[in-house]
Amino acid sequence: MDRVPVLKLGDILIVSIQIDLQDQSVLALQEDLADQVVATGARGVIIDITAVEIVDSFIGRMLATIAAISRMLDADTVVVGMRPAVAITLVELGLSLGGVRTALNLEKGVALLNHLEGSKIASVTR
Amino acid sequence: MTTPATLPVTSNSDVVLVRQHVRTVAVDVGLSLVDQTKVVTAASELARNALVYAGGGRVRVEIVHNGIRRGLRLTFSDDGPGIPDIERALTDGWTTGGGLGLGLSGSRRLVDEFDVRSAPGEGTLITVTKWAR
Ligand SMILES: Nc1ncnc2c1ncn2[C@@H]1O[C@H](COP(=O)(O)OP(=O)(O)O)[C@@H](O)[C@H]1O
Ligand SMILES: [Mg+2]
Repeated sequence: MDRVPVLKLGDILIVSIQIDLQDQSVLALQEDLADQVVATGARGVIIDITAVEIVDSFIGRMLATIAAISRMLDADTVVVGMRPAVAITLVELGLSLGGVRTALNLEKGVALLNHLEGSKIASVTR
Repeated sequence: MTTPATLPVTSNSDVVLVRQHVRTVAVDVGLSLVDQTKVVTAASELARNALVYAGGGRVRVEIVHNGIRRGLRLTFSDDGPGIPDIERALTDGWTTGGGLGLGLSGSRRLVDEFDVRSAPGEGTLITVTKWAR
């Protein structure tokens, strides 16, 4: 079984899915990320799916679950690099991934996390 | 691998191999990138179902013709418990396995032709076809 490495960059965890993952690897990634969010106190998670050719309901659910788990652990999740054909297919499959934030690429994902963190601080000091 | 081919679906890694083979043939048939993505996604859902609910099965992958049109046909078969109520299984959100319940209903939307034959104790046969435009 392949394991996807989780990288830490400042207080952001970055995962880049580079291969066609079988279901156990998807579940392992979900657990690794939850553990790492707790262990590192990360404030953001970026899942880069630029290289991912299909997202079926299993991977789609993993993305939604990671977003939900990290939200509970006070971190934001951004999925970056979704291919247009993948987005079209996901919607037709019936998965809108409503609770998952997306950005076009890694750079925009980082900017979005910084923006989210900024507005968190603003709402605390307001 | 040549076409037609019959691939086993007996493990999680077989599901990955099915996706990869279907992609290769979808390209050969001349499906657009979006249609390739749709049919590979449907194949992934149906292969996983055969594995999870029937303990395994197989899929035949073939190129079909209709006049000058070419298409990709996938026939998933298993000898599992079968689906007692096909109508209900094809409802968005219906699951007996703690899934999202979108595999069958969603796959139906992703392909051009979709046919399910199943009865309790008689396994399940699902045929899907995607035509090149
Ligand atoms: N090959 C199969 N054999 C037996 N039952 C199946 C098969 N495929 C699907 N089903 C049944 O249909 C239901 C819906 O399947 P699906 O739409 O893929 O959603 P999910 O897999 O998320 O439950 C399953 O929960 C299962 O009860
Ligand atoms: Mg399913």
